[in-house]
Amino acid sequence: MSLLAQRAAHSPVPFDPQWKHILETATLEVFQVMLGAELLPLPEPGEPRGEQTAMVGMAGALCGMTTIRCSTETAGKFASLMLGDDAASNRLLIADAMGELCNIVAGNFKAKVSSLAEQCALSVPTVICGNDYVMYSAEPTDGLRLALTYQGAPIWVELTIHT
Amino acid sequence: MKKLKVLIVDDSAVMRKIVERALRQGGLDLGEVVEAGNGAEALLEVQKGSLDLILSDINMPIMDGLEFLKSLAGVAEAKGVPVVMITTEGSESRVVEALSNGAKGYLRKPFTAEQVKERVAPLVGVSV
Repeated sequence: MSLLAQRAAHSPVPFDPQWKHILETATLEVFQVMLGAELLPLPEPGEPRGEQTAMVGMAGALCGMTTIRCSTETAGKFASLMLGDDAASNRLLIADAMGELCNIVAGNFKAKVSSLAEQCALSVPTVICGNDYVMYSAEPTDGLRLALTYQGAPIWVELTIHT
Repeated sequence: MKKLKVLIVDDSAVMRKIVERALRQGGLDLGEVVEAGNGAEALLEVQKGSLDLILSDINMPIMDGLEFLKSLAGVAEAKGVPVVMITTEGSESRVVEALSNGAKGYLRKPFTAEQVKERVAPLVGVSV
């Protein structure tokens, strides 16, 4: 079923601020299990920045997007944890690793919210490489933001929901 | 003992490598590892024959894992080859659909090498 068909087929699930804890648990679990990487809270969270942004769309009972953003250097560390040191200097592998991490985080979050597990579909990932962009949505949005750190470098995980 | 010829299907090259590594860490004696980026590519590999095991992601462009799985019913070379589906989503219905269409097991991301071993090893005659 296409994402649009999924959206039409299900009643919307209202945004719940409690999802922040679930998103955090889902994120920490993915990085721990898949990479052996421990993410910690970022002491002084600011606006998300970094040259690597991975996005996975969500449609159905929940419409929106999960994003993960960090620097290329940090993304390279994640890629090397997944594939070995050579991956840290390969832009395609870095983007692939970021996209897959975002995909698994979105899926893990969805799996932990019982009202979404069966009624929300994920898109394949898209990755933006570069700093200078702004994202606009045609619909009003609500959302959650996690500010985390890996080895001192910031990483942001966001869930943007069309309300 | 014969080394296993395995087909790993995922649109992410990173994920294909992670699955291969998990299989090796799980103690499976892998020989040739064939990769495909979607179900359509995977079907071509299956038709070449001699596979011992297929692991396939569900959510892929061009041809997704469930379509691929259903297509295997018409491929003589796929007969008797166990298929394990890999899913990112927590959708029980997609797992049920996969199992009812011939999949022998499934893995949900994120997974550990131990979980891969538990699900896959019995399908290829390796004791856990």
